[in-house]
Amino acid sequence: MDRFALDLAHLFAGGLVLVSFMLLYQDRMFSLLNTFALHAFVVSVSVAWQAHIQSAPHLYITAAIALIVKAIVIPVVLHRIIVRLGIHRDIETVVGIGKTMLVGIGLVALSILVMLPITSAEGTLVREDLAFALSVILLGLLMMVSRRNAVGQVIGFMSIENGLILAATGAKGMPLVVEISVAFSILIALIVIGIFLFRITERFDSVDIYALDRFRGERP
Amino acid sequence: MSDPGALVVGAILVIPVVSAVLLAFLPDDRTTARLNVLGTLLTLLCAIALFFVRPEPGLFLIVDDVNVVFIVLNTFVGFTTSVFSGSYIAHELETGRLTHVYLRFYHAMYQTLMFAMNLALLANNVGLMWVAVELATLTTVLMVGIYRTHEALEAAWKYFILGSVGIALALFGTILVYLASSTVIGEGLEAMAWSVLVQRAWAFDPALLNLAFVFLLLGYGTKVGLAPLHAWLPDAHAEGPTPISAVLSGLLLNVALFALLRFKMVMSANAGALAPGPLMVSLGLVSVVFASFMLYRRDDIKRMFAYSSIEHMGIISFAFGMGGPLANFAGLLHMIMHSLTKSAIFFSVGHIAQVKGTQKMDDIGGLTVSHPVLGWGLILGVITIVGLPPMGIFMSEFLILTSTFARHPVLAVVLGFGLLIALGALLYRLNGLAFGEVHGASAPARASYVPMFTHLGLVLAAGIFLPAPLVSWFQHVAELLR
Repeated sequence: MDRFALDLAHLFAGGLVLVSFMLLYQDRMFSLLNTFALHAFVVSVSVAWQAHIQSAPHLYITAAIALIVKAIVIPVVLHRIIVRLGIHRDIETVVGIGKTMLVGIGLVALSILVMLPITSAEGTLVREDLAFALSVILLGLLMMVSRRNAVGQVIGFMSIENGLILAATGAKGMPLVVEISVAFSILIALIVIGIFLFRITERFDSVDIYALDRFRGERP
Repeated sequence: MSDPGALVVGAILVIPVVSAVLLAFLPDDRTTARLNVLGTLLTLLCAIALFFVRPEPGLFLIVDDVNVVFIVLNTFVGFTTSVFSGSYIAHELETGRLTHVYLRFYHAMYQTLMFAMNLALLANNVGLMWVAVELATLTTVLMVGIYRTHEALEAAWKYFILGSVGIALALFGTILVYLASSTVIGEGLEAMAWSVLVQRAWAFDPALLNLAFVFLLLGYGTKVGLAPLHAWLPDAHAEGPTPISAVLSGLLLNVALFALLRFKMVMSANAGALAPGPLMVSLGLVSVVFASFMLYRRDDIKRMFAYSSIEHMGIISFAFGMGGPLANFAGLLHMIMHSLTKSAIFFSVGHIAQVKGTQKMDDIGGLTVSHPVLGWGLILGVITIVGLPPMGIFMSEFLILTSTFARHPVLAVVLGFGLLIALGALLYRLNGLAFGEVHGASAPARASYVPMFTHLGLVLAAGIFLPAPLVSWFQHVAELLR
């Protein structure tokens, strides 16, 4: 594999980690959605590039699914939901953004320290892809725990899925079944989420999950 | 597809799908409940046929000695639960908790769940298995939220978020396993086929396998409900319809544990990899002790038995973590006994909650007087689940304890302590529920008792006498599990 192809793949994967960090500090609903669309776009470019350099045409399908569903359809739908519900206010975070970013940096360092030594038998591309993918997954988890808002958590979850797609395409020759089903399950997940958002607002006029937490299950 | 085995496997997967589609569109309630039963019955018959004909293992699906027991158990409890569901749902319709549209949705989802669980058990491809577990998670999320109350929504949301994160971690683990195998086996479907993985696992890179197993344990462990990853489980059990609680406890937790077992076999086939046993033993012990103490402070009857499920999943993980032919044998037996008993308990609890109009234990009392059959059914179920002789769970717990005493007495003491604490909690609660003054609202029971007593009868029979062919079968599987 020539140096340029490697560098570009590296750039895209690194870019995804960067956009994950951008997701962490968004404090407006719409800018969060836009950043997520960018996240999905970077994933799809990265996957398309992998398809090119691995000469694995089926990965183009994965790239297309990521682009159409996650970079376009889901942000548009969520946008509409947010407008219709009138909840485009600031997003409350549990921890301060500065602290969250610091923790995020620690997580990226952790994933590089964990992944690089144990994948020494693999090619450079696979190693770095996996380290970045794990970073994206951990950052997504961090985002889910640091957001109170249901939409924020859903976007955190979808960014985890993006990280998984990056990992799956990085693992050379992984059969198509997984990629398509990942994309497919995201679609199902959206349906679930759509129903949930709809029902949640129907009941509480808010998608702030703290409203859900009022009831702790055991109290009368 | 002229191979009869392949036809049978195909039928096990196709029947639930066809039933799901039919049930989604048929309007009449009586027919749909019966059709639901018919669908699960046909699936059960096909599953039993697997004992006689078996297809060649393919790259996607496999029937081997390990999973055939689980498939039969899965379809059997699926069938009995659909019978129970028929009478349970009729009551929910009368009281207006469910409307007709939701009922159609419920039945379609029930069949989809059966499909997903059967697929997860049959899958040879680790990616396919993951997809199936994810599908099962999504369908149960929808069913937990079906009553659309405050509590149900919170439970479903919690389950959805925690379940999805767990499943995402499991996928990362699966990718790492593929990475470890593809360098040895070569790229392509073979490197994801579980049967090939086990054979060639000795050559995999141990470091990658270790990391993969940590992710798989956390991921699938969330679905198994092992403490401290259990937070979704009590809510999901308490707020959904009771047939779903029965299927969740009895089957879905097993399916997730089964996925873990498959990967454990890959791990143990590699000499250089971390031994998976100690991890499973410690998670299991934590679950047992934690859940036993939590049992004391429950107010909600379904929530209490959900904690009891966490406890028993802990026992099973502990047994498989200890490993060795005897502990594996006991673990397998306990898995089956727990499935049957816990679903039987939920059958009786479901009807009790309906006749009493509440799930709060303070408002339920004197069941043996007001509803003798339900009350004694519950007593029998609780006696079974706490592990008193002569029931089957006594035998499996006894085997687990004695085999552990021989090897690691300290662990056995901790486990025994947890079991006793749980026994105390459940019997103490049972006393209030079943005996004493009748209080709380009371409606006549129109219940189907057959599923409940069938399950308990089977557990009793297993406790008194296990037929020799069954024992040798279990021993064989226990050897395979290592």
